[in-house]
Amino acid sequence: MKATGHVFKYGDNVDTDVIIPARYLNSSDPKELATHCMEDIDKDFVNKVKAGDIIVATKNFGCGSSREHAPIAIKASGVSCVIADTFARIFYRNSINIGLPIMECAEAANSINAGDEVEIDFDSGIITDKTTGQSFKGQPFPEFMQKIINSEGLMNYIKNS
Amino acid sequence: MGMTMTQKILAAHAGLESVTAGQLIMADLDLVLGNDITSPVAIKEMEKNKLDSVFDKDKIALVPDHFVPNKDIKSAEHCKCVREFALKNEITNYFEVGEMGIEHALLPEKGLTVAGDVIIGADSHTCTYGALGAFSTGVGSTDMAAGMATGKTWFKVPSAIKFNIVGKPSKWVSGKDVILHIIGMIGVDGALYKSMEFCGEGLKNLTMDDRFTIANMAIEAGAKNGIFPVDELTEAYLKEHAKRPYKVYEADADAEYDEEYTIDLSTLKSTVAFPHLPENTKTVDEIGEPVKIDQVVIGSCTNGRIDDLRIAAKVLSGRHVKKGIRLIVIPATQSIYLQAMEEGLLKTFIEAGGVVSTPTCGPCLGGYMGVLAEGERCVSTTNRNFVGRMGHITSEIYLASPAVAAESAVKGFIAAPEE
Repeated sequence: MKATGHVFKYGDNVDTDVIIPARYLNSSDPKELATHCMEDIDKDFVNKVKAGDIIVATKNFGCGSSREHAPIAIKASGVSCVIADTFARIFYRNSINIGLPIMECAEAANSINAGDEVEIDFDSGIITDKTTGQSFKGQPFPEFMQKIINSEGLMNYIKNS
Repeated sequence: MGMTMTQKILAAHAGLESVTAGQLIMADLDLVLGNDITSPVAIKEMEKNKLDSVFDKDKIALVPDHFVPNKDIKSAEHCKCVREFALKNEITNYFEVGEMGIEHALLPEKGLTVAGDVIIGADSHTCTYGALGAFSTGVGSTDMAAGMATGKTWFKVPSAIKFNIVGKPSKWVSGKDVILHIIGMIGVDGALYKSMEFCGEGLKNLTMDDRFTIANMAIEAGAKNGIFPVDELTEAYLKEHAKRPYKVYEADADAEYDEEYTIDLSTLKSTVAFPHLPENTKTVDEIGEPVKIDQVVIGSCTNGRIDDLRIAAKVLSGRHVKKGIRLIVIPATQSIYLQAMEEGLLKTFIEAGGVVSTPTCGPCLGGYMGVLAEGERCVSTTNRNFVGRMGHITSEIYLASPAVAAESAVKGFIAAPEE
């Protein structure tokens, strides 16, 4: 499986309150949440994001609240993958559980620029920045998590195991 | 090789003799928790996947606390969804408005979280119960759904950082100052994926409420959990509250830690986290130009317990908040509310010019009951000061102890009570 898209680039400690502010958590509808995704850190995000686009950030992406609404909003906005140096642990679990592809890769997180066109090969873990020509090797998932992802999320994995 | 306290609890719940850091395990759960924001997503996941029963109706806790009493129609719909699910599944520990409280203050008080437990909750501050010697951690709604259906969840066994606590804190220094100091030292990802294990002779000088505050904010350092050994204070608390038997686990003498720190409580000062990260800490005496404020919030799962209200009342007694400052006090549970009333603390708050609210998470996450306008500043005893957390994206949150919050309300700028 591959994904290709343009990059939205952010820094360290992008928290779940800026990914989806709590004032919108009176809804749990993915489409509605997506209309406010990243609003408090990048108000243009929802107008510019296209299906397949990629978020790249540095340290501790998704820190803060356990709200699954955060990866849900990102996924529903069309983003195909989040690449970061590191992820906050609850966000990491939630992304796998709902089937939002994420990848830890410090080199890619620090080298890729906003607006670059990036291709990700999920099978090999290879991240290619087509704009600069650089390529990076992402951290592969442990086999156990790969099974959850292959089942398209935790609930399917439980039903089938 | 020895195990940490966390590893011992996880091994026992996975039916294993021993575990090591990095190992993936499947563990039995003693309690699965959700609130009015996270539970509806979990309930929908269960329905979508045709999982129509829960593993144990006594081992699930549903606590509408974030936007209750219902703040708007959509919130009311979420609460209705949780209420109907609780009724249908005969969930023993569902708490309606009149008997509720902020989940992480309520569950220990009700004796539903005890030493030796493995607990997951769809709320990041579920790590609070580590104060009682339990392994507890925040998860998302899908993990909550799977936990409710199966009574099990997977964990990657964490490594740990050890905090050796020594000394005795000075008069106005409390658990909040201890954890803000630690987060300032190690950073908001300083304990990412790890346990924070607290130990040492200084623990006897920290009350249970101090320990709840410290364990509560382990997540703000990125930790999977924070945990305290069970001592006489814990045993006394559990004897008073616990609804079921508890089990005491101790770290092995030869347990391995990634890092070790010594925290001398006697050297700590009143500490404040400046916008927009909990790691941006300064002691109050390091603040140069006075930071003028508009609002003060005393409450939340971090600092809405009886000790916190007693400290705030002590500072406010016989004084008045500065004109133009809004003081909002929120006892964390109905029982704390009642106790504060009986002790005359609410009278002190109201006479000082504050308002007292029914228990709710409300303002902590910018929900309601104290949302900030453009450019406003708030000193808050809550746990996060992210951009826009309590309202407008240009508003600012300064995290502090109840003592500092109360003194700041009187002064109109960030200040600590005098010795």
